[in-house]
Amino acid sequence: MLREKYKDEIEQILSRYSVKRSALIPLLYVAQRDQGYVTEAAMKEIAQILTLTPPQVYETITFYTMLNLKPVGKFHIQVCKSLMCALVGSDSLIGWIKTKLGIAPGESTADGNFTLSAVECLAACGTAPMMQINDDYYERLTEEKVDRILADLRSTGTSQLKSGPFMWPEAPKAQV
Amino acid sequence: MPKHELILLKNMMQPGYTGSLADYEKTGGYQALRKALGKIAPADVTATVKKSGLRGRGGAGFPTGVKWGFLPKDYQGPRYLCCNADESEPGTFKDRQLMERDPHQMLEGIVLACYAIDAESAYIYIRGEMVLGSKILERAIGEARTAGYIGKNILGTGVNVNVWVHRGAGAYICGEETALLESLEGKRGLPRVKPPFPATHGLYNKPTVVNNVETLANLPHILNRGAEWFAAIGSPPKSTGTRVFCVSGHVKQPGNYEVPMGITIRELVYEHAGGMRSDKPIKAFIPGGASAPFLTPDHLDVKLDFESVAAAGSMLGSGGVTVMEEGTSMVWAALRLMEFFYHESCGKCSPCREGSSWLVQTMRRIVAKRGQMQDLETLSDLCKNIAGRTVCAFGDAEVAPIMSTLKHWRQEYVTLIREAEAANLIMPEPVGAKH
Repeated sequence: MLREKYKDEIEQILSRYSVKRSALIPLLYVAQRDQGYVTEAAMKEIAQILTLTPPQVYETITFYTMLNLKPVGKFHIQVCKSLMCALVGSDSLIGWIKTKLGIAPGESTADGNFTLSAVECLAACGTAPMMQINDDYYERLTEEKVDRILADLRSTGTSQLKSGPFMWPEAPKAQV
Repeated sequence: MPKHELILLKNMMQPGYTGSLADYEKTGGYQALRKALGKIAPADVTATVKKSGLRGRGGAGFPTGVKWGFLPKDYQGPRYLCCNADESEPGTFKDRQLMERDPHQMLEGIVLACYAIDAESAYIYIRGEMVLGSKILERAIGEARTAGYIGKNILGTGVNVNVWVHRGAGAYICGEETALLESLEGKRGLPRVKPPFPATHGLYNKPTVVNNVETLANLPHILNRGAEWFAAIGSPPKSTGTRVFCVSGHVKQPGNYEVPMGITIRELVYEHAGGMRSDKPIKAFIPGGASAPFLTPDHLDVKLDFESVAAAGSMLGSGGVTVMEEGTSMVWAALRLMEFFYHESCGKCSPCREGSSWLVQTMRRIVAKRGQMQDLETLSDLCKNIAGRTVCAFGDAEVAPIMSTLKHWRQEYVTLIREAEAANLIMPEPVGAKH
């Protein structure tokens, strides 16, 4: 049960809003962090916490792309395919990842490690092509860089190539 | 090359600047707060912002001080400030930099805005994907709270402002201010019918102001240096201050460039962004994010301010400038943006929900060389029946790529269709056929 496991966090979230329902998305994030996706049991429990009906919780989840109703891979790779990234090669990058992992966008690898999605703009057009893996952004991608990232994730579960706070333009020289 | 003074990006361009509270204070941070709180009346803060000519940096360009002025004066009860950090407009990535690299600048702006509109609660609605940004903001809020810049009785003036980060969950439409409010209330992000406007019926039906990150980040500087100083920058009287333009596409150095409003796209591309990637000429550009109609090389000397870009048939929008080189297929480019809008249509209004799907299918057919001449008429008919017929401005935005490419590069559509006809995939229409 979420209520026992994340008691303090849930109370902290509820304290931010004068109307309870506002806590819905933050609580769904708690549930998703716990199980990797939002389970039916979690939906019912959250509905109870917020005095909503389960359908009210469900209808909200289905509106938002970041809330998962079914399990995704350990690493969810989301490559931007919008125009700005496409202008600088996101299509061939998606193709590269497809061959590397042997899966098409929307699919997961058999070992459950990777899920690939082609998604719309993630607000990193200046450092395109880019992708997001779980919580981290990876920008200015090349095929070599993608290979290193995938190898890092396989071996250590994380990669040093992820972006820190908005990096570019890095130095004052890029400005006048 | 003209040398412009940086305002919003100045701190973060200093080597070693981490965006911590100590760093921000060293550069004069939170001085505007000390200057204003309890010393300048809230109404005078609003008057200063009005006088500065500051306009919203999120897309619509509405004068900020005027927006604040719409809040009911005699209302007894809570008022809210929402900071719109749901940066999702394709081509725009400035707010992310402002939040991640100099979070206190925008927090100071938030407290100043709350003071001006008498709000004690502010929510930063940040797009869900920006996990790092939300963590940086949480940390900065913690620092500011400890230092007494946020919380109860700020700097001993009796002013209370609490700030919370609220993460979205992946929906472009939640950048629309009323959809943002719905989402913040824990609902599906469907835009509300206006009026009533958020100024009177906003979050929880209480008076609310929604301002963009960049708009708020300007406030400390306006309070510190005066409305006159700000109003003299850029392209006065209507487009004052700087803009952080996000340059993407086929340029050598894509990135954020802060320049006074009113410079030309030619200057922005060739003097700031390093020119074109493979030195090919520019074929097309979008001046203000995916919702802004495409412009042509004939518009390279149009000034990047609200009025001039509007007069050229597009809009300055969110400041996302995407540049495309000679050789880019404009029909393909329009399709890519149309696919975005199709994916992001919230589904509330039929013209947009059904129309976007129809537009995407028609465009895909043309790009796949299976189009017919009558498709062109279908496209413009659909566009005309979507624009202006929806609850929010999404309807106008989604038709912009197709309408503008049809206007400037109709021949490319025709060529693709002719190729389809030549390949005998589609039988040509008999001459004079009526539909």
